[in-house]
Amino acid sequence: MSESTWQLLLDSLWPLIHGAITGTIPLALASFAIGLVLALGLALMRLSKRRWLSSIAQVYISIVRGTPLLVQLFVIFYGLPSLGIVIDPWPSAIVAFSINVGGYAAEVIRAAILSVPKGQWEAAYMIGMSHRRALTRIILPQAARVSVPPLSNTFISLVKDTSLASLILVTELFREAQQVAAFSQQFMALYLEAALLYWVICLVLSSGQGVLEKRLDRYVAH
Amino acid sequence: MSPTDQKLLTVRGLQKSFGDNQVLKSIDLTVARGEVLALIGPSGSGKTTVLRCLNGLEIADGGTIEIIGADDATHAPVTIDFAAAHGSRAGVPKKTLGTLRDRSAMVFQHYNLFPHKTVLENVMEGPVVVQRRPRAEVETEALALLERVGLGEKRDSYPFELSGGQQQRVGIVRALALRPTLLLFDEPTSALDPELVGDVLRLIKELAAEGWTMVIVTHELEFAREVATEVAFVDGGTIVEHGDPKEMLRNPQHERTRQFLHRLLFPF
Repeated sequence: MSESTWQLLLDSLWPLIHGAITGTIPLALASFAIGLVLALGLALMRLSKRRWLSSIAQVYISIVRGTPLLVQLFVIFYGLPSLGIVIDPWPSAIVAFSINVGGYAAEVIRAAILSVPKGQWEAAYMIGMSHRRALTRIILPQAARVSVPPLSNTFISLVKDTSLASLILVTELFREAQQVAAFSQQFMALYLEAALLYWVICLVLSSGQGVLEKRLDRYVAH
Repeated sequence: MSPTDQKLLTVRGLQKSFGDNQVLKSIDLTVARGEVLALIGPSGSGKTTVLRCLNGLEIADGGTIEIIGADDATHAPVTIDFAAAHGSRAGVPKKTLGTLRDRSAMVFQHYNLFPHKTVLENVMEGPVVVQRRPRAEVETEALALLERVGLGEKRDSYPFELSGGQQQRVGIVRALALRPTLLLFDEPTSALDPELVGDVLRLIKELAAEGWTMVIVTHELEFAREVATEVAFVDGGTIVEHGDPKEMLRNPQHERTRQFLHRLLFPF
């Protein structure tokens, strides 16, 4: 690689990191937070004894998981304006990613809730708890431990999927890379640099997952 | 009926089915204050279901449960009529079901301690979070109870760090801390290694001697004989016979009771 390529990589490093800090990371965090709330609601709907609630959640999850994220993104950003609903790039991206995370994480959370032994519900009822209180104080904390590894997967996928937002004009890591690449015609170098940065972010997240798992594992036998 | 001979617990015609399987045909029983009732019987006989109905973990399809409070003056009897509820939780007034739960506390076969909470937190959860009693007062009481069962030093341990016998003693303390009028034990020693059974049975015996009112589902006939004031043999969803433990276990009147006791005494 020539010296000028190295120089270009060095010069573009800051714009790319800037794209990650102001685009990729906040986009992923906001979508994940909203998506998790959505997912918890959907998981509880799925577990509900009321058929219609469970069905609604089931259809939602099926649609989200059965259609490409890029298509969902385009429907919201390019499709909705034809119905008179115009949403800016950023909110469009957050809406699409949140809906997507909601669908995937719902099944994770549902499985985690089901993995808590029935006796835990009974002990909670026995000490006088209501269903809601049993859920929040006894069941969910235990479900949280089980769901950390699969939810970490979802989050890491999301971080990488935010690159799709470049296609609806959100300025984030990948869009910065595309712009520098187009300008300099150094496609290989710039896209590899972007890939490396995504990888570094995911490495940090993985180690964060390790810390979280260790913390939540303090009350189980090893 | 004078207040003194009023029964603490009165169950009349209790019925329960799971699908087509009628687990409880018609259960009648009474427990007076300070009495210890042992329910014995083959597995699948319905004895555990009786116990679970007494704590509202199962909603019976028919019959009534009446339970009085710790103190006649302040705790009026509450009666649940299950026929009116048609076996559905929604059919039982929430407040009535709540009172039933408040007045009874259960010790589970598999302890069912909360694994994400320490021993002390397990004991304090109900009194503090549900009963909204002052934390400091509850803590003092909880620690005293833990000391009493020899687990004061384990207050900050998690359940997985304890032996089965220790976990079950925490389970008993958790039930006591709720200040119930009626203690329910569901085969409290069935999941324990044989050498750990003694500690738990000794504790239950002490509680009986202190005057706690209890219903115990058990396979420990020796224990029933020694601790119970009344024993009831449950089979096929009915109470086949009941009476004084020493008398009944030595000289059962019914053939089914005889067969059951024989099988327990001579398993092979």
